[in-house]
Amino acid sequence: MPILNKPIVFAKENFGDGFEKGLKMKPIDIVLAVRESGLKGRGGAGFPTGTKWMLAATAIAEKKFVVCNADEGEPGTFKDRVLLTEFTEQVLQGIILCGYAIRAQVGYIYLRGEYEYMVSQINNAIQKLKNENKLGKNILGKGFDFEIELRLGSGAYVCGEESALIESLEGNRGEPRNRPPYPVNTGFMGYPTVVNNVETLATIPAILNLGSDWYRNIGTDKSRGSKLISVSGDVEFPGVYEIPFGTKIKDMLELVGAKDTKAIQIGGASGTCISAKELNRNLSFEDLPTGGSIIVFNNSRNMLKILKNFMEFFVEESCGQCTPCRIGNKKLLDGVNMIEKGECSVAYLKELLSLGETMRITSKCGLGQSSPNPFISILTTFGDEILATY
Amino acid sequence: MLGSELSDLNIEISELVEKHGNGRQSLLPILQEIQKRHGHISGHAQQEVARLLDIHPVEVNGVVSFYAFLKTGIRAKYNIRLCKTISCELANKASIAKTLERELGIKFGETTKDERYSLEYINCLGMCDQGPAMLINNEVYTSLTPHKVIEILNNLK
Repeated sequence: MPILNKPIVFAKENFGDGFEKGLKMKPIDIVLAVRESGLKGRGGAGFPTGTKWMLAATAIAEKKFVVCNADEGEPGTFKDRVLLTEFTEQVLQGIILCGYAIRAQVGYIYLRGEYEYMVSQINNAIQKLKNENKLGKNILGKGFDFEIELRLGSGAYVCGEESALIESLEGNRGEPRNRPPYPVNTGFMGYPTVVNNVETLATIPAILNLGSDWYRNIGTDKSRGSKLISVSGDVEFPGVYEIPFGTKIKDMLELVGAKDTKAIQIGGASGTCISAKELNRNLSFEDLPTGGSIIVFNNSRNMLKILKNFMEFFVEESCGQCTPCRIGNKKLLDGVNMIEKGECSVAYLKELLSLGETMRITSKCGLGQSSPNPFISILTTFGDEILATY
Repeated sequence: MLGSELSDLNIEISELVEKHGNGRQSLLPILQEIQKRHGHISGHAQQEVARLLDIHPVEVNGVVSFYAFLKTGIRAKYNIRLCKTISCELANKASIAKTLERELGIKFGETTKDERYSLEYINCLGMCDQGPAMLINNEVYTSLTPHKVIEILNNLK
């Protein structure tokens, strides 16, 4: 299924011969062009891509690696599925260009196990690039050797976290590492590794084709470019949309045919829930950041049930390595069950909200740091409605 | 298991190790392939993989127990996994769950006596725009209705 509205970056003609142009540039010039474009990581964290590449490019090491993070597990997110299906070649080109820019030898695609049905399509695209000498030995006669290997996940949400993903690639349990050191310094097998989201990498050939200025003029000052958004829930037209950063929630809802809207979950289960009164807020790193998911709830929905669904998810997907996340999520879920039965005192609820704040600052990785978000935002925004049943 | 079946499994595993390499980073692809072919990774298989990769069997078991898609118990011929995450929930996953339980005569987490079907929940499949969705082994089924589920079950051989 293609992108549903008029694309900004993800139209085939925007990519042109960006790949060939890139390989004619000096590696460091690619890094500078990416930095100049203002592109930030599209997985959700929003780290400046050019800075990440610069750190890897200037690192001195025997080997370097590129990892394409295709472990798209955030509930409500499916834009990488669409990219990998419709723009397979552009994703691969982005990986190769990153490898060329930082002087890596191997790139890995870490595809979530749930997307196993895409394996043959991706492998065919890899083979096609090899046949065209755009992958393998001495790519386009530039004296640059690069291989891409496809690896599958096995159903662990936490492996979307970059250091857990690297642990998984190394054949271990997908338990996040302490950071720093960051993968860009000590990554796969201890070598400098750039881990980028599918969307980030797929954008690269378009930036090199049309230029950094073209890209940085889309979006807002602090959030350059466009974003793919996966929309699901109570809307008429669920699917993937491409919008410039800074797009208002109001316009987004109109685009997707949302009616009688009560609440909008921005950024998946680990994101923030806003009420339909906040329609003038916008999608950007400075206001409502998202890895690419919007879930819409209409007035018939019970917010407590939605929260329960999210907290059950986190209890199951916590890797169990650190206490705030392992026990904290369980306590928050117990709290939701108590509220459901009318047994949770307001004093205890306040304690749980403060536990959520503690989890945000004490959990080891992004999973535990963000899992209290729906608990805090739903109970803050819809607390009156939920407690009114008491 | 018969002795001859065990030695067949050993040969199969040694071929897999040859194909993927005996480094630690090959562990997951090897286990995934055993899982795919046999529907589970037996204790014996885990020990054999550990021996050939020269790591402790506990290391292999630690990895198998971590990942939701790697199983140790016997798995049915058709492993049915229904997505229970929010968007599928909103799209009336409950009616699909009810249909599956009724038609198969088992609850979630159970396997039919003839080991033909097992039924489980799974977290977000990434099919949120086409919910409710489920996996039967590795095949994805989307936009399910109770009627469609019955048809799909009838078409399984």
